[in-house]
Amino acid sequence: MRLISLLLAVVAVPALLAAYVHLVEKVAGGKRGRGPGRRPGSTRAPSVAKPWLWLAPSLTLLAVFLAYPIVNTLVLSLRNADSSAWAGLSNYAHVFTDSKMLTVLRNNAAWLIFFTAGTLGFGLLMALLSERVRWEPVAKAAIFVPMAISFVAAGIIWRFMFEFRPAGEAQIGTINAALSALSPGFEPRAFLFDPSTNNAALIAVGIWMWTGFAMVILSAGLKAIPTELIEAARIDGADELQVFGRIILPLAMPTIAVVATTLMVNVLKIFDIVYVMTNGALGTEVIANRMYKELFNYRNFGRASAIAMILLVAVAPVMVMNIKRSREGRKARAQ
Amino acid sequence: MRSRTPLYAARKLASRTVLNLVVLGVCVAWMVPTVGLLVSSFRPKELIAVSGWWEAFSGPLRFTLENYVNVLSRANMGLGFLNSLVIAIPGTLIPMCIAGYAAYAFAWMEFRGKEWAYLAVIAMIAVPIQLTLIPVLRLFNGLGLTGSFLAVWLAHAAYGLPFSIYLLRNFMSQLPRSMLESAFIDGASHPTVFFRLVLPTSMPALASLGIFQFMWVWNDLLVALIYLGGTPDVAPMTVTMANMVNSYGGGWEYLTAAAFVSMALPLVVFFALQKYFVRGVLAGSVKE
Repeated sequence: MRLISLLLAVVAVPALLAAYVHLVEKVAGGKRGRGPGRRPGSTRAPSVAKPWLWLAPSLTLLAVFLAYPIVNTLVLSLRNADSSAWAGLSNYAHVFTDSKMLTVLRNNAAWLIFFTAGTLGFGLLMALLSERVRWEPVAKAAIFVPMAISFVAAGIIWRFMFEFRPAGEAQIGTINAALSALSPGFEPRAFLFDPSTNNAALIAVGIWMWTGFAMVILSAGLKAIPTELIEAARIDGADELQVFGRIILPLAMPTIAVVATTLMVNVLKIFDIVYVMTNGALGTEVIANRMYKELFNYRNFGRASAIAMILLVAVAPVMVMNIKRSREGRKARAQ
Repeated sequence: MRSRTPLYAARKLASRTVLNLVVLGVCVAWMVPTVGLLVSSFRPKELIAVSGWWEAFSGPLRFTLENYVNVLSRANMGLGFLNSLVIAIPGTLIPMCIAGYAAYAFAWMEFRGKEWAYLAVIAMIAVPIQLTLIPVLRLFNGLGLTGSFLAVWLAHAAYGLPFSIYLLRNFMSQLPRSMLESAFIDGASHPTVFFRLVLPTSMPALASLGIFQFMWVWNDLLVALIYLGGTPDVAPMTVTMANMVNSYGGGWEYLTAAAFVSMALPLVVFFALQKYFVRGVLAGSVKE
C-alpha cells in the first residue's frame, strides 16, 4: 500500500505537471515562437495569463500552506483557547508575564547569543586554520558531517556523551569519564539535569551540528579575498594577527553577516534538540517546544498562536533584509 | 623580507606543527561523539551499560550485530526506515518539479507583478514553519488527511518551495540568453525549451537542491510529529527514535543502533555527493 502510493506520487505527479504546462501552452499559448518578452524592442505582446499559469502550482501551495496560515495564526492568537470567542490581547499578556514563558524567552535569548557566537567562532577558526593544512578536505569533512544527520540522532549521540553515573561507578558517558580522568577531584555531574549546566549542554550540541555550515560558507568567503592584498600586508611587515584583524576580518564581514543571520533565523526555530534531550524539563524549554506543549498537551490554540507570533516578529527584520538584498542584487545586474 | 636563517626555519616548523595539532584536535573532538556511538552500537548490551565505549578495544574484543537485528525487527525501525523513504522521495521530487516551473517563469518570462510575486516568495524563505502549524493542522483535520503520507508530502513541498524557487531561479537566470533565444526563434514553445533545454542544463542546481531537500525531509521531526499524529504505522524514523528516547531512556543498546540506522543513508549521500551538498548550502546564503 505504502509502496503503491510512493510509486504513484513519484510517477504520476511529475507526469501530471508535465501534462499541465503543455495544456497551458495549448490554451493560453497563442502563436508559437514567442520569445522571452524581455527582449528589448520586442513588439509582440506576451500572453498575460501564461506566466501566472506557470506559477500557479507554486503560488497555490504557498498560499494554502504559508500565506493563509500566517494570517490565520494572527487571528487565532487574538481568540481564546478553543478559538470560540475573541480574547483581546490576553494571550499576549500571558506570553510576556507567565513565569514559564519568561524562562522560555530567556532561554531563547541565550540560544540566540551563545549558539550564534559559538558557531561563528568555531566556524571562522576552522575556516581560517583548515586552509593552511595539507589535509584540508578531510578536516572539513570531519567538521561538516554533523550537518548531514538529524537533530534526533544528534540528540541521542549527545545524551550518550553526557550520560551520568554516580561517583564511584564506571562512567560510560565520554564527558564525565574524560573530566574525571583529567582532574582527579572532579565530581561526575548529570549535565542535562543540572539546571546550571543543562542549557549550556544543549547549546553545545547545536554548535556541534552547525559549525560545519558556518565553516563552509566562511571558507568560500575567505577564498574570495585576493591573496595579493594579504601578501602585500605581510611584505609590509604585518604579523598574522594584524593581517587577520585589518584585512581578512573587514573583507569577510559581509559573509560573516550572512552566516550570522542564517544562524539566528534557524536558532529561533530550534525544537528537535530540546525535544529529544530534555523535552523542556528543568528550565530548558524554548519557544517551539513551549508552543508544541500548548498545542498538544493543553489544547490552547490561542496561546500557542501567540507564541508562534513572537517568532514572526523576530524574523521580520530578516525577511525585510532578504527582500532588500534581492532588489539590490537585481538592480546591480540590470546596470 | 626575513632571511631564511635556521632559527626562522625552526620557528616555521614549530608553528606548522602547532597549527596541525590544533586542527587535528578540533577534528577529533568533532568526531568523538559519533565514533563513540558507532562503537557502542556494536557492543553487547551488558557491556554498554557498565563500561565506556573506549574500553571496547582493551582486553578481549566483543562485538555483536544483535542490537541492529533487535532494533530493525522489534522496535519499528525497519518500518520507520521504509516510511522515511516513502515520505522523503516524493517530499523531495514534488517541490522540485513545481519550483522548476516557477523559477523558469521568474527567470525567462516577462509579466506585470513579477517583481512583487518574486519578493513575496523570497520573504517566505525565513518564515518559521511553527507559524503555520495550527491552521494547516486544522485544514488537514477537516479534510481527514492527518496521519496520511499525502499530508506530509504537501506540507514538505510547500515548506521547501521558497528556497527551491530562489535557488533554481538564480541558476536559470544565468543561463546564456542567446541559447534560449535561438530556440525560440526556431519556433520552440515554452514547454519545449523548459524540458529540452533549461532542465538538462540546470542539472547541477537540481542535484544540489535535491540533496538539500532530501536531507531536510529525511531529518525532519516537527512536520512528521504534528501532521502524522504519532501513529507508528506511518511514523518516519525520526519520530520512532524520539519515542524510543522517551520510553527506553537509557536503553543504549537500542538507541545507539537506531541512531546509526537513521544516519546511514544521509551519510552515504553526503560522502558520495559532498560537492553538490556543499554547493547547495552555499547557494542558500551567498549573495545573489
